[in-house]
Amino acid sequence: MAGAPNRDEKIPTLKLTVMQYVIALVLVVLVSGLWRLQVLGAQNYRALAEANRIRKVPILAPRGKIFDRDGRLLVDNYPSVTCFLVPEQARDLDTDIPLIAQGLHMDETQLRAVLRRFQHQPKYQPIPLQQDITPDEQAFIAAHRNELPELETIEEQRRLYPSNGFAAHLIGYVGEVSEEMLDDPRYAFYQPGDVVGRSGVEESYDPVLRGQDGSRDVIVDSHGRELGALGIEPSVPGKSLKLTIDLDVQEAAEKALGPRNGAIVAIDPHTGDVLAMVSRPTFDPNEFAIRIHRNDWNKLITDPEHPLLNKAIQAQLAPGSTFKIIEAIAGLQEGIAENLKADCHGGGVFYGHYYKCWISARHQSHGITDISKGIFQSCDVFFYTLGEKLGIDKIAEWAHKFGIGQKTGIDLPNEAAGTMPSPEWKMRNYHQKWYAGEVISVAIGQGAVTVTPIQLIRAIAGIASGGVLKRPHVVFPNEIPPDLQQYYKDQFPGSGDQTVPIDPANWQIVTDAMAQVTTFAGTAGMAHLDGIDFAGKTGSAQTVSNEYKKNLGAAGSKLLDTAWFVGVSPRRNPDIAVVVLWQNGGEGYFSARLAAQVIEAYVNKQRRTANNLHIVVNAVPPLTGTSPAAPAPAPKSKPTAALHSPKIPAQPMEMAALWTAPANATHNLRARKIPASIAAKFPLPPGTTLQAGSFPLTSPAHTASDESHSELRVAK
Amino acid sequence: MRRFLSFRDFDWTLLAFVLALSVISVLEIYSATLHTKFVHFDEKQVLWLVGGFASMFVLSLIDYHILLDIAVWAYGICLVSLVAVLAVGTKVMGGRRWIRLPGGIHFQPSEWVKLVLIIVLARFFTNLSGRDLTWKDIFKAIFMVVVPMLLVMKQPDLGTALTYAPVLLCGLFLGGISFRQASILFLAAALAIVPAWYKVLKPYQKQRLTSFMQPDADPRGNGYQIRQSLIAVGSGGIWGQGATHGTQTQGDFLPIPYTDFIFAAFCEEHGLVGAIFVLLLYFLLLMRLVQNAQTAADLPGTFIIMGVVAVLIFQIAVNVGMVIGIMPVTGIPLPLMSYGGSSVLFTFLALGIVMNIRMSRFVN
Repeated sequence: MAGAPNRDEKIPTLKLTVMQYVIALVLVVLVSGLWRLQVLGAQNYRALAEANRIRKVPILAPRGKIFDRDGRLLVDNYPSVTCFLVPEQARDLDTDIPLIAQGLHMDETQLRAVLRRFQHQPKYQPIPLQQDITPDEQAFIAAHRNELPELETIEEQRRLYPSNGFAAHLIGYVGEVSEEMLDDPRYAFYQPGDVVGRSGVEESYDPVLRGQDGSRDVIVDSHGRELGALGIEPSVPGKSLKLTIDLDVQEAAEKALGPRNGAIVAIDPHTGDVLAMVSRPTFDPNEFAIRIHRNDWNKLITDPEHPLLNKAIQAQLAPGSTFKIIEAIAGLQEGIAENLKADCHGGGVFYGHYYKCWISARHQSHGITDISKGIFQSCDVFFYTLGEKLGIDKIAEWAHKFGIGQKTGIDLPNEAAGTMPSPEWKMRNYHQKWYAGEVISVAIGQGAVTVTPIQLIRAIAGIASGGVLKRPHVVFPNEIPPDLQQYYKDQFPGSGDQTVPIDPANWQIVTDAMAQVTTFAGTAGMAHLDGIDFAGKTGSAQTVSNEYKKNLGAAGSKLLDTAWFVGVSPRRNPDIAVVVLWQNGGEGYFSARLAAQVIEAYVNKQRRTANNLHIVVNAVPPLTGTSPAAPAPAPKSKPTAALHSPKIPAQPMEMAALWTAPANATHNLRARKIPASIAAKFPLPPGTTLQAGSFPLTSPAHTASDESHSELRVAK
Repeated sequence: MRRFLSFRDFDWTLLAFVLALSVISVLEIYSATLHTKFVHFDEKQVLWLVGGFASMFVLSLIDYHILLDIAVWAYGICLVSLVAVLAVGTKVMGGRRWIRLPGGIHFQPSEWVKLVLIIVLARFFTNLSGRDLTWKDIFKAIFMVVVPMLLVMKQPDLGTALTYAPVLLCGLFLGGISFRQASILFLAAALAIVPAWYKVLKPYQKQRLTSFMQPDADPRGNGYQIRQSLIAVGSGGIWGQGATHGTQTQGDFLPIPYTDFIFAAFCEEHGLVGAIFVLLLYFLLLMRLVQNAQTAADLPGTFIIMGVVAVLIFQIAVNVGMVIGIMPVTGIPLPLMSYGGSSVLFTFLALGIVMNIRMSRFVN
């Protein structure tokens, strides 16, 4: 070893110096790298570090509650507890499973299946086991904190809607904000996963109801475990909303429509307040509040009767004879109708074609018919004649004035506009010339005319109010915060509030004729309401042509007409106007009975609250000499009235909704006096008596299971 | 041959630098493990360091020429133990690197191989000194290093295997390789990389080697460690967030902040100022070592010290480079900073030999 020859040699200093430089160079490179990160990139990396460690945990704001016009609760929130399982916290998950399954009332295999589905995610990630757990399940979890540390619960506020689909279309439902909605600028400040109103009032008033979510900044580690809290930004609860809906009227409307396919809307014509809105078939929005099952959802959206469609504002159907009211006003205002007489032989020839009157099906005819009879007997021939004389341009002009073919601007999402045909309309949409004969079908509300129930009732209520039309709304305008008022104006454009001047005499002619409709002389005598001034107009709109129906044979006989009824009470300046749409209902007077139920419920409530149920009794004069004096109100619903009947003086009148004979309408404070000359025009046949306002509600021929073959146009 | 060893000649300056780095290391390990289940690793590290200092003093008393004499035997034992690891080693985190000894001690031969290689190569090049290197000499040297290197790679421990390379390169450089030979070797190595890339390396190793270039491409997978390390270093800024206040370190975002990524944790908590201070300590330490190499009494002494220098600067460059995102993630610890007994013992034993070489400089 010592003998190694080169032991004393030295490595040249140069090489060691080179090594020193290499070392220095390496360290300089490292320092420059540190400089780049710690000086130049410090701000960026600090932000990234903060984003890493601070997590915003949202504090969800409870949505505003929804009340009816009297402050009765319609939609509430309820605390709902969801149970999670955190695998990381489990001591021995496998042995715990039977106990967990038992405590949460789950099937053991089902529980294992849930765990298997989540087995690939990190162990600290909570697995949702069961939503909306019951108090005894909560108690189970609380009692087993030590044995089952893996179980966690989270409380959140859920929506509680009325059961059985009560007012479901009106109220709507909430759900997670969808991808498409996030692209919409209206939903710009929403995050994926946020709960948002998806339909009805919940959607249109989402900005009011939703409140503002708060947040809690928590410090977390890389596993998401909370290490501490930084600060809390409390949530601002959503504002409660008072609807114009009257729960009693709504209930009556729900009951009246029952399981029938269609819609009922009741409004207060003075203000445009929607008092009730029902659409059938309905759905249970509570199913949407938790996560709706895929099968249930598919059933809802593929149902041919469109349960999710709010037919009150979205069904676009031919108005049938209800359109005659608009046409009658047009004819009277244009000076054509007042003295017009048509001779109905069960039909008539117009433009070289023979058109039938509906009465021909009964092998009868109306004979000589004037405007009034034309309305209460709904004589087609009279209106063919009037339509021919008016021409399509005038009809369209007046229909437009009353809002046909336009949205009303109701504060609900996706209102449909309907159609009012005219030569320009046809040219614009079909590039075809208008044929003069087409006016004949338009004259009786058929052809291309389509309306929505809300549109129709706004028009009819407006006519009954002497030409004052209001924008229907479901939320009181003063309930909308000032900063959102313009937003809502822009959001729901439509014909809104309008006044169409109508000659008082014409007003009287039409409204009196409408009142005749619900007498034995009219088309809806069965819907007569004793002691209530109930006027209206029936409509039975064909959904397919008679020829087509005949060709179908037995199947064709099932294709019944759309049964419409528009009703007001009292006949002039009404306090309530109701539209009933019964698809496949067959005859308008069937719908009239449904409307009568709603009107009766409303009037009874007003009388009850004003404590003057009795006034009616003395106020109603004998109709004819032969009829029994003072027809008693229906004893079933108005016992107090019967009790006090003889003593109560006729004046003063607080309630306007009264049954009045056409000849004696002076006690209606809001109505003007009707000249005797007009009243004398339509004497009732002697010897007739009026039926009390009770009647069978369902005709055996029309059950709810009737399939709808109507050509329902869905608003896009 | 008589020797007069005196602790007066002991390199106290070098010791001061080592001590300073050790203290910083323990404090940072304490901070990085404060809220984890590794909470007492700082105390364990102190024990390792005490053991390290003790072995350093012991080894500084043993004449390094004895080590040179037994180096060949040691080399043979090393190869055997490396094969033994592959055969009977304990598997930890996917790698078979450890041999369990009686008494619960785990022993990682690959760290010792480094030390033996330094000595063996010093002896080899010393014997060649005085003449130009032939290709045969070069291949012999390469063979001596590549055999244990491949065995370690097989464990697989790419990081430690790579640390053998600087010993070889340093030896060749100081041993007198000509510029022409170096160029040819470089070209050959460059060409050899291509088949090695496709045949030898496992896919995860390749991913680790490349992911540092685009850490954001796969922020949850391979890029995660680098990304978190960059955030930790960057968020430290100039002055740092303060000991035990680094959010990346304390929130467990930074992977293994007490071993491979300890420098990132240190940078986060002590900023650029602290980082430069540590790198300055390393610089002074290495310069002191080079100075000792220069003043060594004989050639093998110089070779040994320069071998140690080469390993240290390589590990510093690769580890810190990894932490700041300019080097791939290879799992090479930072000498004198990272937690771990084998790493500490290697460093201190190497320094013990250096001390002996320095103390022997006036002998003869």
